[in-house]
Amino acid sequence: MYEVLTVFAAVLLVAGLTLYAVLGGADFGTGVWDLTAGRGSRAARTRSLLHSSMGPVWEANHVWLIFTLVVFWTSFPEAFASVMSTMYIPLFLAAIGIILRGSSYAFRPLARGTWFEWPTAVAFGIASIMTPFFLGTIIGGIAGGHVPPGNAAGNAVSAWWNATGVMVGVMAVVTGAYLAAIFTMADAERRNERDLRNAFRIRALVSGVLVGLVAIATLPVLRADAPWLFDRLLKGPGLIGVIVSFALGGVTLWLIWGMRTSLIRWTGAGAVAAIAVGWALAQYPYLLPTSLSVQDAAAPSATLWALVGAAVVFVAVVVPSLVFLFRLQLSGKLAHALPPAERDGADV
Amino acid sequence: MDLIAARNLQALSLGFHIILVCFGVAFPVFVLIMEGLHLRTRDDLYRRIARRWAKAMAILFAVGVVSGTILSFELGILWPEFMRQYGDVFGFAFALEGTAFFVEAIFMAIYVLGWDRLSERTHFLSGLPIPIAGLFGSLFVISVNGWMNNPVGFDQVNGVVSNIRPLAVLFNDFFWHQFVHMILAAFMVAGFMTASVYAVAMLRGRRDRFARVAMIVPLTIAALVTPVQLVVGDWAARTVANEQPIKLAAIEGLGQTQSNAPWHLFGWYSDGEVQGGLAIPNMLSILAYHDPNAIVQGLDSVPDSDRPDKINVVRMAFQTMIIIGSGLALLSTVHLWVWWRRRRIISGKWFLMAVGAAGPASIVALESGWITTEVGRQPWIVYNYMRTSDAVTTATGIPVAWIVLGVVYLGLMFGVIWALRRLAHSPEEPPGGPTGSGDA
Repeated sequence: MYEVLTVFAAVLLVAGLTLYAVLGGADFGTGVWDLTAGRGSRAARTRSLLHSSMGPVWEANHVWLIFTLVVFWTSFPEAFASVMSTMYIPLFLAAIGIILRGSSYAFRPLARGTWFEWPTAVAFGIASIMTPFFLGTIIGGIAGGHVPPGNAAGNAVSAWWNATGVMVGVMAVVTGAYLAAIFTMADAERRNERDLRNAFRIRALVSGVLVGLVAIATLPVLRADAPWLFDRLLKGPGLIGVIVSFALGGVTLWLIWGMRTSLIRWTGAGAVAAIAVGWALAQYPYLLPTSLSVQDAAAPSATLWALVGAAVVFVAVVVPSLVFLFRLQLSGKLAHALPPAERDGADV
Repeated sequence: MDLIAARNLQALSLGFHIILVCFGVAFPVFVLIMEGLHLRTRDDLYRRIARRWAKAMAILFAVGVVSGTILSFELGILWPEFMRQYGDVFGFAFALEGTAFFVEAIFMAIYVLGWDRLSERTHFLSGLPIPIAGLFGSLFVISVNGWMNNPVGFDQVNGVVSNIRPLAVLFNDFFWHQFVHMILAAFMVAGFMTASVYAVAMLRGRRDRFARVAMIVPLTIAALVTPVQLVVGDWAARTVANEQPIKLAAIEGLGQTQSNAPWHLFGWYSDGEVQGGLAIPNMLSILAYHDPNAIVQGLDSVPDSDRPDKINVVRMAFQTMIIIGSGLALLSTVHLWVWWRRRRIISGKWFLMAVGAAGPASIVALESGWITTEVGRQPWIVYNYMRTSDAVTTATGIPVAWIVLGVVYLGLMFGVIWALRRLAHSPEEPPGGPTGSGDA
């Protein structure tokens, strides 16, 4: 029974991380497209759509990170302490990114048309890239086996600043941009904003191909830098996740190409989720490869039972609330109107 | 090892976040009261106030989400041994806190973006979960802090933790008074601070109904809460006397265990006693046990290494809290008395100046109270179980992080003040019909 509980806790952890990668990732991606939207009235429309699409789910998406951290330290306190203390540099940099991003997002509507507009826009864009990048390096560092158990026992720099860490960091940034493009394209289609749908279709295609290329480029890097992970991912239990991810990614690109937007949110999110699950399967039974297993790191059963109780409360309270929010959001009930479209070339 | 830098970094982050927590818990109540008044009376003024405040609420919440996330990072970055040893003991409380926080974030979004887009009734109802979730969220966080002061619900033999009892952890002996004390503090801070903004505006010549109502409602709520806070403070002091006698000794600077222990207003603790200051005979004994002859444990009852390292910080923080708290209680009494007996609101210059000062003062009192309990618990992170120095990270570079985060938080503070001032000067949204611009 205890073993089942530990697996349950690990599943919760992976679920939280996956949801954060998809929903939080798309939020970060919004920042990338915001930063690159350019100037003029068309850019204003683009930004307005990005914010209308993401605004309602903005805060909730980021609570998944807190959810993940809380499950992590409650269920696997030793692994949590080891990861956080070794990875304090990228965590601190990600924290700075989170502060800049969250606050500049809150200030931006008021900053419009003042001297404060430019600093908040730049802070928002840069933070949207640095936060997922550094969080990604942490995942890469853990997966690459660079975190030994203990108080800051790993190397403070090379644990994350290595080929695998950097590749996962880059992957996190481009994946977020890809998801944001998909979600925004689907939203533009729902709103019947043709010009924006087309603009985000291009973005989705370009970033989708980029994600694929980065994914392919990651393979030889993993093979050289983290052979254990490579074997587990491509010759072991992780393979199913990799295959599903590539398949769903391909299907999504095909749907985007043909402008069939009704399913792209789900297939795109599925492709990202599949790779996260594949990574988890590849690592299992290790939490910190290959020094600490899920079973060895897990909290006593009383704590895990309490976590089950908390999970029940969560399902009873949060899930219906989230469904309510996403329904309002996907039906456009919380959306605000966009500035009117202008003909191309009429941009100021 | 950078223990002082780690403590300062944690103190900075918590000290920043705790102000936002007050607004997270109490401010939604104010907003909903205003919206409820509008629904009942159909007086458009209440809707205008609610709408204006909802925007401020959203800004403060967004910044609070951020500073709260940083705290969860810091628990692991700065105190890995604490988390390794006890993460599974109190983690359950945070799992529930995360749940409450989620609900708060979801309904905050629906409420803030739902103006004019949802029906009036649905909109009002969508706001109700916000303060409830805020209340529960702080309940669970306070529970963990209470547990650090009063660690129960587990066994520890030779450094190995076993037999964890999550409910006993959750409802430790410090939980109740700390929770009530904090919630009342939240209503005081949010109430006095909001009232203070409009009091200053009125001093500058703004005398419309908007400003008057927007000052009086939060002021009255805070005024109703403040006298209760004095009683709760007394309850807190007595619990501390029983469970954490060394913290109580530090609050006074009581060197030796004695009966008829005095309490010094002002003065400076050195060489085992308070130098100077105004001694009030028997006061500490009365404070701790409601008995002038009661014996109060002194700092000498434990070895030097088990006493807080900054006795004078604890003393000054406690006294600051008491002095400001008494001042706020006086202001509250005057306001409530005049309103009750004379059926009018004081609007004289002196009163407005007092209300204007009450907001910032309440924040100082809040921080002082929190410093009292946190610094007073030292050298322990988990009282009598784990020293803060044994919990800290072995990583280097924490002083750099402290300075960088200090600068970032300073910038953030200016950003919040800038945004709220800008909001105050921006035009109001007309009733009905969504506007074209993005919402905060």
